Amino acid sequence: MGSVTATVPPPISRNIILWFRTFTAIAGSGFRRYSTYRQATLAGAFTNTVFGFLRCYVLLAVAGGAGGIVAGYTPAQLATFVWVGQGLLAVVLLWGWTDLAERIRTGEVASDLLRPVHPVVSYLATDLGRAGYALVTRFVPPVLTGLLFFDFKLPDRWPTVPLFVLSVALAVVICFGCRYLVNATGYWLQDVRGPMILWTLGSGVLAGLYFPLRFLPDWILVPLWVATPFPSLLQTPLDVVIERDAWPVQSGMVALQLAWAGLILLGCRTVQRRAERRLVVQGG
Amino acid sequence: MTGTGPDEPVIEVRGLRKEFVVRVRAGRFRRTKRVVTAVDGIDLTVHRGEMVGYIGPNGAGKSTTLKMLTGVLTPSAGEVRVCGFTPVPQRTRLALRIGVVFGQRSQLWWDLPLRDSFDLLRHIYRVPGAEHAARLRRCRTLLDLDGFLDVPVRQLSLGQRMRGELTAALLHRPEVLFLDEPTIGLDVVSRQAVRSFLAELGRAGDTTLLLTTHDLADIERLCRRLVVIDHGGVVHDGSIEALHTRYGSRRLVVADLDEPLAETPVLAGAPLLRTEADGRRLVFACESATASTVVAGLAQLVALRDIAIVEPDIEDVVTRLYRAPAPVEPG
Repeated sequence: MGSVTATVPPPISRNIILWFRTFTAIAGSGFRRYSTYRQATLAGAFTNTVFGFLRCYVLLAVAGGAGGIVAGYTPAQLATFVWVGQGLLAVVLLWGWTDLAERIRTGEVASDLLRPVHPVVSYLATDLGRAGYALVTRFVPPVLTGLLFFDFKLPDRWPTVPLFVLSVALAVVICFGCRYLVNATGYWLQDVRGPMILWTLGSGVLAGLYFPLRFLPDWILVPLWVATPFPSLLQTPLDVVIERDAWPVQSGMVALQLAWAGLILLGCRTVQRRAERRLVVQGG
Repeated sequence: MTGTGPDEPVIEVRGLRKEFVVRVRAGRFRRTKRVVTAVDGIDLTVHRGEMVGYIGPNGAGKSTTLKMLTGVLTPSAGEVRVCGFTPVPQRTRLALRIGVVFGQRSQLWWDLPLRDSFDLLRHIYRVPGAEHAARLRRCRTLLDLDGFLDVPVRQLSLGQRMRGELTAALLHRPEVLFLDEPTIGLDVVSRQAVRSFLAELGRAGDTTLLLTTHDLADIERLCRRLVVIDHGGVVHDGSIEALHTRYGSRRLVVADLDEPLAETPVLAGAPLLRTEADGRRLVFACESATASTVVAGLAQLVALRDIAIVEPDIEDVVTRLYRAPAPVEPG
């Protein structure tokens, strides 16, 4: 039985390839874990599609009332904005993630701390796996539906496609970071319902889910875009894919996302470190 | 590189303290803060290969100590070294060297089957494939996992899950095992399985284990050293025999007679504790006399139908220990 416990320390390797392998293995487990909930996936995709019709008709009516083009968007761009947005909603997962808060409340977070991987890294990897699963099952159905029933604006310039992919990946990371921070308030509050409601209300409006943020006057739009991470969650990838702006602006917006992703992850790490200092794991 | 030499202790704790702030309602809106000391100056040294039972009543500070040793909780004061690391700041590096099971919490992934959880752990701990397979094979045999390897963890019974938890804690070949109530809530069969498995681990003599439990049979079976804590401090650290000696536990000689005696027999060094069954059963405590002299003495005095020697009961000693009055808190 000596082969099960050790008397010497294991060799330590700081190999980046091994680190990457660990990361992808955790991401893979995230994909598998979420793929066990098939009925929820089906119901979610159906709901997103139904709401896609509602939102699309409202925005097209607005465009019709404004004489075709509103805030620089053509009707085809608006339809694409809505349907790709409906698909991305589940990929970035704006709402409904309380895993960390739940584990803080029950004390299960102790198990996360006992792993040789930083909790932010392991939660991020899991979330990327989840996003991958959502991309296949939740992004494709609404977008195909939109393509079938509405006039779509497909990209004219090839660099838009890789830029969109990058922008979506960054949106997932930023959104994960925001959710992590909202959940991490549980370390201090025990009950995260308050911050969660604020996040749910705020993120929907400020990320551009209810209406494109370009509808807002510049004096609100510019500070919102630069000084908060919200537009980076949905508005940026959507504006990139429908080519609302020329490529230098497109790239600039993605660069801004990159900065926000770095900043938010740093924030998560700091908050996690402070939280661990005051962590109380009650009972047992 | 940080590590421990062959003779250095694996766990070294000096003056360990943990205080929690509890807010108590003191009126409709007002709340007052109260500081509760869960662990109050514990010293503990554990060497390689020791299997230590760590017991105490509920709220004595057992789990809190374990959480500080594993780096989950930050101590309020004192020094801790585990495998040469300071647990909290060096937690992720320490995690590679220790295995932990918290009986009341799960470290497995709720929605994944055990097989997938184990595979994920292999990547998280970066264990080479062949090594992982060999270790998993041993655990599968010893803990009889094969019947439920492909069942999602949320559908496992508590006993099955606990066997999974133990395997998960061992797959990266830890140097120290921390087990916090691993047999809690288990039925007799599962409890026995877990116990035999741990005994098997201990047989090689190089497993360092710190076990907290309320089931003293676990301790008697597995641990030669027993640390008892109460009110946040160590009240006993030594062998189970030392505990008996210290608290005056005695072997009992139970004699069954054909007929009740008219006169009570007197034996030197073994007072009669009680008579039962209308005087047909006598119970003597071996104080200065050995059990064999008591038996021999009795045989000369009376006609014996049957005789039994009862080992001192650890539960009894520990109950007396737990009931000891709390030390007066300073200030």
